[in-house]
Amino acid sequence: MAFVRGQQRSGLHIMCGVHVSPRVGQPPRLELRGISKTYGTTRANIGIDLVVQPGEIHALLGENGAGKSTLVKIIYGLVKPDEGEILWEGAPVSIADPNAARAMGVGMVFQHFSLFEALTVAENIALGLGNKQHPRALAPRIREVAVRYGLVVDPQRHIHHLSVGERQRVEIVRCLLAEPTLLILDEPTSVLTPQEAEGLFVMLRRLAAEGCSVLYISHKLEEIKALCEAATVLRAGRLSGHCDPRQESPAAMAELMIGATLPQCGRTTAATTGASCLVVNDLSLPSDEPFGTDLHRVSLDVRAGEIVGIAGVSGNGQKELLAALSGERLAPRADSVVIVGQPAGRVGAAGRRRIGLAFVPEERLGRGAVAEMSLAENALLTGASSAIVRHGFIRFPALRTFARSILAEFRVLATGIEATAGSLSGGNMQKFIIGREIGAAPRVLLAAHPTWGVDIGAALAIRQQIIALSDSGVGVLIVSEDLAELFEICDRIAVLSGGRLSTPKPPATTTLEEVGLLMGGQRQAAVREHAHAA
Amino acid sequence: MPDPGIILAILVATLRAATPLVLAGLGELVTERSGVLNLGIEGMMLVGAAVGFMATVVTGNPALGMIAAMLAGAAMALVFGFLTLSLLANQVATGLALTIFGIGLSALLGVDYQSHPITGLATVISPHLSEASPAVQQLLLIDPLVMVAVVAPFLVHWYLTRARGGLVLRAVGESHDVAFALGYPVIRIRYFAVMFGGAMSGLAGSYLSLAYTPMWTENMVAGRGWIALALVVFSTWKPIMLALGALLFGFVTIAQFQVEALGIDIPPQLLATLPYLATIAVLVLISRDTTRTKLNAPAALGRSFHPST
Amino acid sequence: MQLKLEARPARLAAMVWLSPVVAVVLSAVAAGLLFALLGRDPLVALYTLFIAPLGTVMGLTELGLKATPLLLCAVGIAIGCRANVWNIGAEGQFTIGAICGGGVALAFGESGGALVLPLMLLAGIAGGALWAAIPAFLRTKYNAHEILTTLMLSYVAVQILGWLVHGPWQDPEGFNFPQTRQFLPHATLPLLVEGARLNIGALFALAVVPLAAVLLGRTMTGYRIRVAGLAPGAARYAGFSAAGTVWFSLLLSGGLAGLAGICEVAGPVGQLQPIISPGYGYAAIIVAFLGRLNPVGILFASLLMALIYLGGEGLQMDLQLPPAATGVIQGLLLFFLLAADVLILYRPRLVLKPGVKHA
Repeated sequence: MAFVRGQQRSGLHIMCGVHVSPRVGQPPRLELRGISKTYGTTRANIGIDLVVQPGEIHALLGENGAGKSTLVKIIYGLVKPDEGEILWEGAPVSIADPNAARAMGVGMVFQHFSLFEALTVAENIALGLGNKQHPRALAPRIREVAVRYGLVVDPQRHIHHLSVGERQRVEIVRCLLAEPTLLILDEPTSVLTPQEAEGLFVMLRRLAAEGCSVLYISHKLEEIKALCEAATVLRAGRLSGHCDPRQESPAAMAELMIGATLPQCGRTTAATTGASCLVVNDLSLPSDEPFGTDLHRVSLDVRAGEIVGIAGVSGNGQKELLAALSGERLAPRADSVVIVGQPAGRVGAAGRRRIGLAFVPEERLGRGAVAEMSLAENALLTGASSAIVRHGFIRFPALRTFARSILAEFRVLATGIEATAGSLSGGNMQKFIIGREIGAAPRVLLAAHPTWGVDIGAALAIRQQIIALSDSGVGVLIVSEDLAELFEICDRIAVLSGGRLSTPKPPATTTLEEVGLLMGGQRQAAVREHAHAA
Repeated sequence: MPDPGIILAILVATLRAATPLVLAGLGELVTERSGVLNLGIEGMMLVGAAVGFMATVVTGNPALGMIAAMLAGAAMALVFGFLTLSLLANQVATGLALTIFGIGLSALLGVDYQSHPITGLATVISPHLSEASPAVQQLLLIDPLVMVAVVAPFLVHWYLTRARGGLVLRAVGESHDVAFALGYPVIRIRYFAVMFGGAMSGLAGSYLSLAYTPMWTENMVAGRGWIALALVVFSTWKPIMLALGALLFGFVTIAQFQVEALGIDIPPQLLATLPYLATIAVLVLISRDTTRTKLNAPAALGRSFHPST
Repeated sequence: MQLKLEARPARLAAMVWLSPVVAVVLSAVAAGLLFALLGRDPLVALYTLFIAPLGTVMGLTELGLKATPLLLCAVGIAIGCRANVWNIGAEGQFTIGAICGGGVALAFGESGGALVLPLMLLAGIAGGALWAAIPAFLRTKYNAHEILTTLMLSYVAVQILGWLVHGPWQDPEGFNFPQTRQFLPHATLPLLVEGARLNIGALFALAVVPLAAVLLGRTMTGYRIRVAGLAPGAARYAGFSAAGTVWFSLLLSGGLAGLAGICEVAGPVGQLQPIISPGYGYAAIIVAFLGRLNPVGILFASLLMALIYLGGEGLQMDLQLPPAATGVIQGLLLFFLLAADVLILYRPRLVLKPGVKHA
């Protein structure tokens, strides 16, 4: 047998055993046949086939909502399929729960980490292994794997003290200690700088070379082309095709993914910029969250008609900066934040909105909108103009007209203005919120992750609306983790790292590499060392 | 120079007054560490006090009375668990309902036992208590439940920080979604924690009716369940801190009687407000620092868990 | 066999109003079982509880009399709950309202004329609001949660009342009973029906229903309250003052509870005594939930709860059942309501497959 799982718990054989040569005559590691799953009225997976060979890095590709998450949850035993067959090493299996999946040899690194913030690295790993290992007894094994794969983690540290990249390392170490023969990673690079991502790829290639299969979920085509040897593409819950990413062009894969050629919305006209409409002066603000990031001397100037982007890995002060700009938190001094010439640092969110600020927050439900309320009522959240509210009383006809105009102008798909916000898809809800904010005729628009989790069509529409708004003379500030998007639509890009903001630069005078280095901040050098060591 | 006899009496009285708070508080602490907020302590204590008293009168055996009280408390907690864990009802509202129900149920159950004479636990154990010298009498008042209250905080501390079961319990309280994704039976673990809390509240109630007072009167818990709840917040979810807090409250409670004994003329009704005012003061002191509370509170506290979401 | 809950695609709106009906029916069945266990004929007991009090004009006026404090307290509690502010100390605000209003009556004695009653009502409202202002201050300034502070202050309020009627305000000619002088006619609320105890306090309660409904449904203040309760993050985002919402809802509910308190002592009670409420402030929490936190719903729920109080007295007199039986039925009602509410958001399903893990 070419592939042997490590028998010993110590020494260098803890991992996937000896090197494998090509898998001739071996059964696939994992095979799915005709998997279907329906939630209520949503058909998340419809007759999906998937084959992952031993030692293969296999991409699972698809847009948001294509059914990738449901499929991997089925493989990991979190969701039971309605129909279909799962074969493991050629034999049919039924995966009752994650414990069964782990016992079989499946490891999973979640997109939203499955770590307990208040516990230590060792405790988290002990919990994830499921056997009766004591956290303290695990420490030497954690160090062993850390050295072997260049995944340095301190077993005694608490998770809430770790950066996002470090948290991912903890997840991976936890998986590796369970000696998996199939490792699933869900959008692992969405939280990494380009350089950190490269380090991850080095580790995954090494793991695959040792015989461990990797199922790699992503929608980033370049990355899949660089890393994977096979790909399964999903679209709207159905299998769209299989391909070899090394042979295919990104455009061809994109077509499989969205069923049409990839639309572009680059800014054609060079922006003409006017007077400053949002100025941040030397803003320092300690975080009010237990493990938040303090802002250090942030300065920024957004001019009318300009789109400025703030890149960075989340958890580097984005939440704090946005709250300080929106007025949800007050700045220490009035002139820390100046909106259209008015010192507004000590003015609250409602006051800043009156001056001319509009804000599209990251969380659509629970912040940008109230899930249980109708769209009409949600329009009132920030749209309480004098025509709609008089003497403290709400004028419902005017409110309904306003809400209807948002649905029409911004092509929000909903059953009507009485539909609850919670019933809309992420993309449509985002279009509604952006519509409401633009409807207030702002002078400055603040947008956090405007296209996060939104399908390609809606993302395109949202970008075009933002560009149109800036062309009309409004200053726009976008905070996003999506570098491609920032490079596509911004006039200047700055990087927020560790609560410090770099000097904004036009995309033409900077590179992805340079932005990535700034995003990594101090950690960068160390990460690269490990990548090379591995 | 204060009389050593009086100091001993104050210490023992403090310890005895703290005992029900420690027992009920520890139960709630474990419940909350698993991520469940049960505001029904007062109701569970009342039912425990009534059932424990009745069982003792019927069987003549206080040990059986305490077991019955724990079972009754756990049964009450099971109702709470079914509503909040299986039916996903709001934990705050359900906890209030449990207290309202417990007040009524205990009064109904105990209606024929009002002012029924009973021998106090300490006297049951040492029948010649009243003949002993004052110092020995004080020491004999430290009955087995008081001793449980002294030892239990250390046991719970050990379990939460050292035992694997405690680690899993804390994990479930931190994030039920993550614990579920890792394959832990979130609901089952929470049921256990909730029922442990109920049994401890029941035991605390039986201490009041069997040892502290000892008799059954309607509503005799008099807000101690709520004080125990405040103590859990005060302790920042740490068992030993909870015990220290309970001692402080025990002292405040008996201070009323000390003031009266000293002949200071304050109306008894106003002195009786002291524990409640102290609860508010403690709550204010501890809540002022939001970061500290946020840091220590189980992150999933009070949130319902439904696996499909 | 396992109980599984499947999330509904949208909330089942009909169940919002069906759920209280289901809860009442189930409580009646459970109460019947309870009566049978206590050795009474369940049908006779249920008749005594739910039907008999409605048979006479006197019974109906008593129903209105008991519904008045429940309605006033519950509307305030409900507005608080809508804002996610848990005022469970209505009992204390009720008591302080009674003390303050009663204090005015005692201070004026035989003087004051027509001025006394309005002043008493205002003092009652102010007293209740003041008692609720303490938790509002502690919550907004020190972040101390109002569930515990309002409740602890209820215990304190009852002790203060006990002290007053045992001490400084005790009726010197009252044979040392713990009670104040009887309020004089010009310091008691005018009656609505000759010979019955129902007074104009009921009209105040009835007036509060539409006012609260307009406040919640049609004004920006009500909108802010609802947003703060459903999504505090959205309220912050919109720039609604969180402290303002806490203050407003606590002062309003405290004032209403205080009004209920003064109406009770200036009405059926007629003086201050150690116990002036059979737990109206706590029962009002159930009323608020049963009425779906909606003023109109609360009107009906308060009548139902008043019926349980009234029928409970009947059970006590006719069937010698202990008064605590009423408390048990109240608790059961809230349990069944919370259980039935699961159907609003979920569809329950019994899974017969053994070995499938319930989670």
